[in-house]
Formats: sequence, structure tokens, C-alpha cells
Amino acid sequence: MNKKQKKMLVRIIATFLLLIGLSLIGITGYARLVLYMIPYLVIGYDILKKALKGILNRQVFDENFLMAVATVGAIALGDYQEGTAVMLFYQIGELFQSYAVGKSRKNISDLMDIRPDYANVERDGGLEQVDPDEVEVGTLIVVQPGEKIPIDGIVVEGSSALNTSALTGESLPRETAEGEEVISGCINMTGLLKIRTTREFGESTVSKILDLVENSSSKKSRSENFISRFARYYTPAVCYGALALAVLPPLISSLWMGLAPEWGVWVYRALTFLVISCPCALVISIPLSFFAGIGGAGKAGILVKGSNYLEALAQTGWVVFDKTGTMTQGVFEVKGIHHNTIDGEKLLEYAALAECASSHPISKSLQKAYGKPIDRNRVAEIEEIGGNGVTASVDGVAVAAGSGRLMERLGIEPAVCHHPGTVVHVALDGAYAGHILIADLLKPGSKEAIRQLNQAGVKNTVMLTGDRKEAAEQTAEELGIREVHSQLLPADKVSKVEELLERKGPREKLVFVGDGINDAPVLSRADIGIAMGALGSDAAIEAADIVLMDDDPRKIAAAVRIARKCMRIVYENIYFAIGIKGLCLVLGAVGIANMWTAIFADVGVMVLAVLNAIRALFVKKL
Amino acid sequence: MKKTYRIEVDCANCANKMEEAARKTGGVKEAVVNFMTLKMIVEFEEGADVKAVMQEVRRNCKKVEDDCEVFL
Repeated sequence: MNKKQKKMLVRIIATFLLLIGLSLIGITGYARLVLYMIPYLVIGYDILKKALKGILNRQVFDENFLMAVATVGAIALGDYQEGTAVMLFYQIGELFQSYAVGKSRKNISDLMDIRPDYANVERDGGLEQVDPDEVEVGTLIVVQPGEKIPIDGIVVEGSSALNTSALTGESLPRETAEGEEVISGCINMTGLLKIRTTREFGESTVSKILDLVENSSSKKSRSENFISRFARYYTPAVCYGALALAVLPPLISSLWMGLAPEWGVWVYRALTFLVISCPCALVISIPLSFFAGIGGAGKAGILVKGSNYLEALAQTGWVVFDKTGTMTQGVFEVKGIHHNTIDGEKLLEYAALAECASSHPISKSLQKAYGKPIDRNRVAEIEEIGGNGVTASVDGVAVAAGSGRLMERLGIEPAVCHHPGTVVHVALDGAYAGHILIADLLKPGSKEAIRQLNQAGVKNTVMLTGDRKEAAEQTAEELGIREVHSQLLPADKVSKVEELLERKGPREKLVFVGDGINDAPVLSRADIGIAMGALGSDAAIEAADIVLMDDDPRKIAAAVRIARKCMRIVYENIYFAIGIKGLCLVLGAVGIANMWTAIFADVGVMVLAVLNAIRALFVKKL
Repeated sequence: MKKTYRIEVDCANCANKMEEAARKTGGVKEAVVNFMTLKMIVEFEEGADVKAVMQEVRRNCKKVEDDCEVFL
């Protein structure tokens, strides 16, 4: 509790004791009024002061003013105890709200406690702690066991296990050794590491993530906007209702029906209206639910960029996947060489050399299988044929390596491959020379991920890939994906997603999941773009709406479940708060509900709604 | 141009009022107040004098909610 809250707690306790004391001694008349003014002023002086300032600033419908009118009114009617109690409970509610909000703010920022405070730089033989901001690219930094890696870099000395749980929610430590890239925000667990930084602190993963987290939920959801609009009309409406309730019934009954006006009764009922008029419960609980939901997701390694995305994710109807790197590991291995007219090794050498300029995973796997250093001087005239392959001249031989389409384009008949995987056909001097089969392994969690999505009520799952039809269909069948579109160039993926967007129902959202490499346009075209394996890839962090820190596809279903839970809580709070308030207004108008009920409708509902909102933070069992 | 300011305010409805007050201020194109992170993100009209506009935003916020602060 901060100083302000502690002071309020003291005032609340003092008022409470005074009220008990006063109810025990039986005094009547003016002495009673004077004595009750003591606890009333102790608990309510700041509200009265703010109400006065509000009037001066022409802010009539603010909570302070309403509370002041309601309690002063009650006291004027002779209900000293009630008037003071209303003020007391209002303050208790405010204190609780400020405590709960402060607490969850802290909880959620603790989740993201990845900001490194310093970096150790070796200077003059000793270690010096400096601000990470001051470390230049290429500096050698030292990370001792137990410390956070402050800046992205490459390990130049030492090996260790890294704890990435603050970033990914994954508790399994990650091994690292000399020559490997490490990401800031991980905690070094076992050995001393010397790291050469490859980025400035501001460009490092940890800064990017913090930036994303701190600016999340600035994009407001429809529910939040609805509530702030509702609050804008609710308070004035209830106030005018109160005025009408105080004036109209007595006038009507005395002027037209010839009955006693009973002013006291109707004014009392009007005052209960004012107590219920505060929109606090709603206005606090909705953003708090979203904030807790985003925080809970963050704890599970799912970064959500705004509450609007969480809201949309709860309505997920279609999930579209990229294949490579999303459902598969993106690690390609040469599985075989078939139909070759020359020696397999030689064929592989030609293909690897022709593809030497490409950084595509397929080319990398060829180079890896070739296993010898690549002499680029042997290669000339390399030409990439838009997503289909390459042609080049290797040792004076015209080599074409790529998909079946490339062969067709060159007028060469490729041999059909019946094995699952990606096929690189090779032609030498215009004649077919065989093909190399490259297979990508499925991620261990992929099948489970699709099952969980179906279970979560996702209507359709679609896979998009640049792979051949056979390979794509086999993968889809194995995973249980219902629809697959293969042989797509990167640009085709956008138009395919647009096509799918038209086919889906109006209230369903389409989610695209990719690994963030080459699919930025698709990520932004879909209703929600999810990038996975974001550790170390800034492009993904920037293009996507939701970022999965590691590359486990099961996190997609987890994200949907977290969003659904959060939205369930949001709707619970909306219906509960509006329902109870509406009910109490009706009961208050007919005289069944008294001021005590009104206090419950105001403070009680708020406390319950806040407690319910905090539930969104717990996502472990989802 | 967009800028982010730290704010201090106790209740969520007051934060909404601040947002509206900031939006109505001349020179402000769009304003979002995030109560949970206690931040105000202001997008200025082109050619607006940021400092003067923000002084005005602060004054307008104080008018709707006495107990608030915008850290400029």
C-alpha cells in the first residue's frame, strides 16, 4: 500500500469505530447531528472538497458530486447513520479499487521483469558495470551465472544453459556454446559467458519486447469503447431519473390525486438512485480484465499487442497456417537422390553450387549435405527464377535446379517422385539429370495443436505452402488439417488469404500463423496475424498482432483459450454490473431497495467485478 | 506525430474523462488514455506546437478531474 492508501485506511478504521461508538450511546436532537458530523467529515471531507471544485469547473455529474449530494441529502432527512455509512463504504470501495489495480499493475509488470539493469564490460583487466544503453555494437561483455544477458550477441567464450522462461514461458533450459547467438532477456544459469554484442540495447530483443508490452492495450477493444460510451450516458441519465423521481411523484399525487405528497419518501428514493449512478464497477473491470488477460498470456510466452486483438482472437473461426517453420521444424535434410543419370555425389555438388547464393532453408540443406566448402569462383550467371529455383553455370555446365515448374518452363520432362518431401529437380545442359529429395520434419506438437484447435471450436484449418501437392497433402492428412493449398509463391499467399477471408462467416475471424519470415504481408492482411518463434526475429515482432515467443504450435490453441476466457470474464462483468445496477434502480424506485442495497450495487458489484477481472490473469490450467 | 506521456489518475472513469478532454483540445488529432499502464498517447495535428498543446491538454484534464497529473 502506498502512503495515500494507508492514510485512507486509517480514516476508514477511525470512522468505523466512531460509528459503532455513536450507535451505542443514545443521544437525540442536535447533539446527535453534531456528533455524527465528526465521522462524516473524517471520512468524507475530501469528497466534499472535490465536489465543490467540480461545481466550480462545471463538472456536475462527477462521482464526488453525486456522493456529496446523496449523503448530505440523507443527513438532511435525518438518516445520519446511513449518510455516513454510504460515504464510508464508497471510500472503502475506492480504496479497494486503487489497491487491486495497483497490485495487478505490479503483478503484470513483474511478469515482464526482463529489463537488464547493467552490462559487465571488461576494462583494464577488471569488470565494470555500465548502463546497457551505453554499450556499443561489437563490445565484449561478460555475463556471470545468475545474471541476465543484457544485449543480443554471439558467444565468443564459454558455454552454459540459459533460462528463457521469462521470454517464452518454457521452463526447459536452452544450451548454448561458443559461436552461438544468444538473446537478451535470458538468464545465464551455469557457466560464465563472454559475448560480443551484435546490436545496440535499444535494438535488442529485450527492448523490443518491453516496448511491445508497455504499449499493448493502447489499442482498445470494442467492449472497452462500448463501456466508456455507456458510462458517458449512464450517469447523467440516472441523475435526471433521480431528479424526476424526487419531484414528479409527489407533485402528481398531491396536485391531481389529492393525496399527501410524501416528499421525504421520494427524496430518499432519489438519493438511493444517486448512490447507484456511479459507473465505476464497469469502467474499471473491463480494462482490468483485458490487462489481466494480456498479462496472463504474456506469462505463457504469448505477447498480445492490444486488447482488440484479444477480443478478435476469441472469435477465431478459421486458422490458416504456413507450413514451413510453423507446422514443420523448417530444418531440411536431404533424404535421397533418385533417377540420377550421373553419380549422386556429383549431382548434389552441382545443385549445392548452383544454389550457393541463396539463404533459403532448402539451399542450406543442399549445402549441408554436400559437406565441403563452396568455391564460389566455380559458379557464374546465377539467376533466381521467382520462387521456382535457380539457373547457373557451374564449371561451364548449365545447371538448373528447382521445382517441377522450373523444369516445365525450361521444356524438360521431370521424373515424378512418390516420396513425401520437397523435390529439387536438376537438369544439366538442358537434359534431366535426376532429383534430390529433401524432407522437413514435423514439429512434435503440430498434430496436438490442430486437435486442440478443433476442440476449441475452430471451424476450419487451412494450410498454405509453396511445396508440391503430394508433399503438402500428405502433411495435411497426417496433421488432420482439412484444407490445403500447395505450390503457392509468396505473393499467392496473400491472394489465397483474401479468398479465404471472403469465404468465412461475418462473425468469424481469420487467423494467419506464420514464422514471420517472408510472410509479413499475409500477417497484416489476415484479421489476426500470429508470428511464432519470434525470439530473435524483429520482422515478426513488428508485423504480427500476436507474437508467440517460442515456436510451439500448441501455443496457438492456448492463445485462443486465453482469449476466450478473458472475453467470458469481460461479458460476465458487463452483464453482472449492468444487471445488478438496473435491478437496484428499479427496486429503489418502487421503494423496496434502500440505501444499503444501493451501496451494494455500487461498491459490492465493483469489488466482485474487480476480483472476477483478476481471474483472467490465471492461464496455467488452460 | 505521436507522443506518449506518463499520467497519474486514481479512477478508471476519470481516465476516460481525461481522454475526452484531451481529444477536444485544439491541435490534438487523437488521444488515447491507457488507465492500466497510466499512459496518455497523443497524436498531434500537423504543425501543432506540441508544448503549448500539451499545456492546454493538462489544463483541460485538470478541469474534468482535479486529482490528476500529466507529466510533460
